[in-house]
Amino acid sequence: MSYTEIFFYIFAVLSILFALLTVTRRNAVHAAICLLLTFFFIACNYVLLEAEFLAAVQVLVYAGGVVGLMLYVIMLVRKDEADEVRQSLGQRVIAVFIAILFVLEIAFISLLAYYGNYSGFLSSKMAQIGGNTESIGAVLYTYFLLPFEVVSVLLLAALVGAVVLAKNRIER
Amino acid sequence: MYQAISPYVPVLILILLAVLFGVVTLLIAWLVRPNAPYSEKLSPYECGVEPLQPGKLRMSIRFFVIVLLFLLFDVEAVFMYPWAVMYKPLGWWGFIEMALFVIILFVGYIYAWLKGALEWE
Repeated sequence: MSYTEIFFYIFAVLSILFALLTVTRRNAVHAAICLLLTFFFIACNYVLLEAEFLAAVQVLVYAGGVVGLMLYVIMLVRKDEADEVRQSLGQRVIAVFIAILFVLEIAFISLLAYYGNYSGFLSSKMAQIGGNTESIGAVLYTYFLLPFEVVSVLLLAALVGAVVLAKNRIER
Repeated sequence: MYQAISPYVPVLILILLAVLFGVVTLLIAWLVRPNAPYSEKLSPYECGVEPLQPGKLRMSIRFFVIVLLFLLFDVEAVFMYPWAVMYKPLGWWGFIEMALFVIILFVGYIYAWLKGALEWE
């Protein structure tokens, strides 16, 4: 077994372990911290797959931003009210159904990648440029220029929405 | 014989050392310290004053705007990362694209500023 494989199994087991801890903790803050570690170990696996850009996004946006937002939302909720809320929503059947769908999707993608030689868009171009981040930069600002600029409009909409939502509550 | 190692190995060693530093310090303290708790000793420490209210307070909604602004500009920074790596090959055209991207978001920033979302009275 190569070193890469050994590290893959270590990070994979740790990310699954912390994902399980995330959904089983009663204390919401503990769950958020476990989620942070789950994101971090998934980022470790991205590094092993030489997807450095994805790893950077995972750490910057998910571990940094999204968990920060979740912790904030937890602090926004009143403790005594949160303790009275029922922990289970009784959606076990739907949850199992969605989980099975996800497993099938991952299996389908893996089979396509393994047998069908679908190694993704522009993989030959990627080899010429050399490097994951470079090739994303090469296509994002040329072929996908319009979606890229639309993203900034989307972010603008989110910003305006947040200000409008919070503003009413600040003035009250 | 020389063997090439991944540039991430030093990162791994750093993280392991950081985790071990915390764990080993706590472990040594746990082994050495005497264990004789009573209720005053276990109560939260508030600069010597007796605790007046529960530690968990509700945060102000103002923080929500700040956190969301952080998240949005975080995403913006992510888009700058592949751009910065490919800065030379993209040239002036790439610079104009990124300037447009930043200007659109800057409009939002000015909007939030003018609406007083960043004010703390």
